[in-house]
Amino acid sequence: MAQATFEEISASDFFYRNRDIAGFTNPSRAIFAAIRELVENSLDAAESQKIPPNIYVRLSFEGEASKDTQIYKLRVEDNGSGIQPRFIPSAFGQVLFGSKYKLKQMRGTFGLGGKMAVLYGQITTHQPAFVTSSTGQAKIYSFKLMMDIQRNRPIILDRKVLINKDNWRGTIVEFTLEGDYLRAMPKILDYFKQTAMVNPYANLTFVDPKGRLYKFVRATSEMPEPPKETLPHPYGVDVELLQRLIQMTTYNNMTDFLTGHFHRVGAVTALKFLIFSDLITFTCREHGKIPLDQIKLVDNKPLCPTCGKEAQSSTKNPKRLSHEEIVRLMQNLKKYKDFLPPDASCLSPLGEELLKAGVQKELYPEYLVVHQRKPSTYAGHPFIVEMAIAYGGGVPKRGSFVIYRFANKIPLLYDEASDVSYRVISAMNWRRYKVAPDMPIAIVIHICSTKVPYKTVGKEFIADRPEVRREEANAIREVARQLQHFLSRQEHVHMEKKRLGIFGKYLPKIAQFATTLARQERVPDIDKLLKSVQKYGAEES
Amino acid sequence: MAQKKAKIIERRNEVINGLQTFGTQIYNQLDQGVFPTINMPSRSTDNITYDSVVRQYILGEKAVSRSARNIRHIKPFTQLAWAAMFSNELTTQRKTSTLRDVYYSAQAYEMTFTDQQESNNIITDLETLTGFAREDFHIFPEERSAIFGDLNIGYTVPGYEGKTLNLTSHPDGVLIGPALTSSELLETKADKVIAIEKGALFTRFIEENVHNKHKALLISCGGQAPRQTRSFIRRLHDELNLPVYILTDGDPWGMHIAQVIISGSANAAHLRDLNTPDAVWSGVWASDIIEYKLPTDPLDEVDIKRLYELQKDPRYQNDPIWQKEIKLFLKIKRKAEQEAFSRYGLTYIVDEYLPTKLKN
Repeated sequence: MAQATFEEISASDFFYRNRDIAGFTNPSRAIFAAIRELVENSLDAAESQKIPPNIYVRLSFEGEASKDTQIYKLRVEDNGSGIQPRFIPSAFGQVLFGSKYKLKQMRGTFGLGGKMAVLYGQITTHQPAFVTSSTGQAKIYSFKLMMDIQRNRPIILDRKVLINKDNWRGTIVEFTLEGDYLRAMPKILDYFKQTAMVNPYANLTFVDPKGRLYKFVRATSEMPEPPKETLPHPYGVDVELLQRLIQMTTYNNMTDFLTGHFHRVGAVTALKFLIFSDLITFTCREHGKIPLDQIKLVDNKPLCPTCGKEAQSSTKNPKRLSHEEIVRLMQNLKKYKDFLPPDASCLSPLGEELLKAGVQKELYPEYLVVHQRKPSTYAGHPFIVEMAIAYGGGVPKRGSFVIYRFANKIPLLYDEASDVSYRVISAMNWRRYKVAPDMPIAIVIHICSTKVPYKTVGKEFIADRPEVRREEANAIREVARQLQHFLSRQEHVHMEKKRLGIFGKYLPKIAQFATTLARQERVPDIDKLLKSVQKYGAEES
Repeated sequence: MAQKKAKIIERRNEVINGLQTFGTQIYNQLDQGVFPTINMPSRSTDNITYDSVVRQYILGEKAVSRSARNIRHIKPFTQLAWAAMFSNELTTQRKTSTLRDVYYSAQAYEMTFTDQQESNNIITDLETLTGFAREDFHIFPEERSAIFGDLNIGYTVPGYEGKTLNLTSHPDGVLIGPALTSSELLETKADKVIAIEKGALFTRFIEENVHNKHKALLISCGGQAPRQTRSFIRRLHDELNLPVYILTDGDPWGMHIAQVIISGSANAAHLRDLNTPDAVWSGVWASDIIEYKLPTDPLDEVDIKRLYELQKDPRYQNDPIWQKEIKLFLKIKRKAEQEAFSRYGLTYIVDEYLPTKLKN
């Protein structure tokens, strides 16, 4: 009889066994995911310093691996913030180590991407990765790394320090991996094009294994405000987070605990919430303890109902909360209706100008309209929806709308039909806006949030949450309305042109035929008539 | 004779003047700086009525207006002006053309017609506007009818002016085409016209010397008589004072071929002189079928439906013979072709039937 054996596995071991989760499903998906993760790290590294990113990606052919797969060397260079030398080995050699476990809008949130790429490269080719970085200081650090997968530790094979003569700043990552570029190519090119669309301030260069150069040049050096870190909003809290906060807190009463650790909770809100959830007691110096339902709030001060003097309040030390109390606190945090919504300073939307610039440079449409919604929230997480509609010009005509989806400036390239935006777009009554599916129309949707509501770990489509759906629907109605105005204006101009063309074509002929018929020498002057239709417009019937 | 000759030239001058008047009207409006507008009778079905005095369909009081200022009118307006100019050219230069030809000629002036139907409609507009038939503008359909008999004609077509022809000169008959219909009718010994539905019987009549025996001009209609044939029959009747007899198959269709020669069609309500009200339908009647015991076919559904239609048609109300024969057809439910007389031998129709009929 077999004996069940138990063993502990490390984080890297876990992802080694479950690499599908991070998008490394098959050789073609893997090569796409590796490029994508590193490019996004680079973009984040540049943006956090408000540096317009220059990113250079080269994929070169190293040899055949199997019938359908090849070995490639991937090199990604950026001009981002650079990594301090002591963090370099862990940043690329230790899964779940990173700079992204905070509450602000970032491209990745697992802190997995770059490491997964390196890990995948190592398990498919068993080659070390090379990481070179400088924060712009006097030295450049270069590491040759492998990963101890079982122990989730970086192994430093070599370490070099170079003099940074040119004040170079940035990071270079180079490693080999197995993949199927030919199959991945369309998605990779889509990825670069769409990334360029929502990062119009970035220079992207890609050299593919055949030596073909793809260059996406920035259209502006303006960059969006980098996002600020923020405290968790009460609506987005779970028991685990509460427990962690209680463990680390230095506050010894609930009022300070709430105001000090939560987003948009001030003294007054805390007071009202504590009354709401029965976590506070009031006493009057003269009349003793006051039942909660009798306390009077005047100018946000608790008053004794008998003498009208200010009552003393006292709350528990958060560290003394029982497990049951913590659970009830979490439930009440979600139940209480009067928390202010999270503000959006932790978000970094693209902004209408930048979105416009990006779509303009990648699609060069005939008409473009963009719209940014005001910040909104779902489950305590702020989010902003930005929407653009591009018409005509370089927009392809496909028989259905071309949809470009972005979350935190990342293009979403898979599972379009599962995305909430697809449903929103399908549910629209487009005829009302004089829009037909066979028109050359591209719809660009960008949602940014501290926590993008992805439906699955694959992070390829947005879940159908009512708040998100409503924001997207409102945004698309707004841009569709403006498109409708444009289309009817254009149609009017077109009709007017056509109408004048008709008069211009036929009136001279009538004059010519009439002159011949009437046996006249001189053709009557019709300029005045032609001008009159131009000026006033002729009656239509 | 000089008087007769003048008639054809007079007609042509009228046509040319009519077109010039139309052109001058547009020219003057343009010259005064206004958008040219024309009015013409409406050809919609509610404006077509049967007039029992002139014994044909006519257009009523309703008029339509075409203005070059109206974006939807300006193209047909231009096409109409072009058609008038083109007709003017044909008429003055005495060239002929066909409807198909018109369609293509327009393209030389960047005046494209969407299809043949559109250009046909414009020609009909021009007929309505001027009151002249397209044949007057030298626009002809394909010819398929012929005439035979002792009639001298004088050509007026270019290259043949002054030449004459006796219409017995060719045993197949002479095609009723533009050269013939534009000819002067000079001299005839005939005292009647016999219009025959089918070419086969026409040939038989020529072989059997009907033109001499009965002093007749023979015309083969080739089914429903073309407009120029109907107008030529009218001229034979008017200018030569000849009575016209029509011989058709003994069925509703033959009956109606005769009727259109006599009373015209609703499609030509805007035109005059295409019909010959005094012409007579001489057979084959339903009563002939009985009297001559002709071999027959049964009437089919379509025939019967057609008979009921004709029964209500205003053109069939004038002469009691129509109603009487329709009723008889419906009663016997049989029909007979002209060739049915052949059961009594090849010459029976000429020797026995025709003299009896003409006598009536």
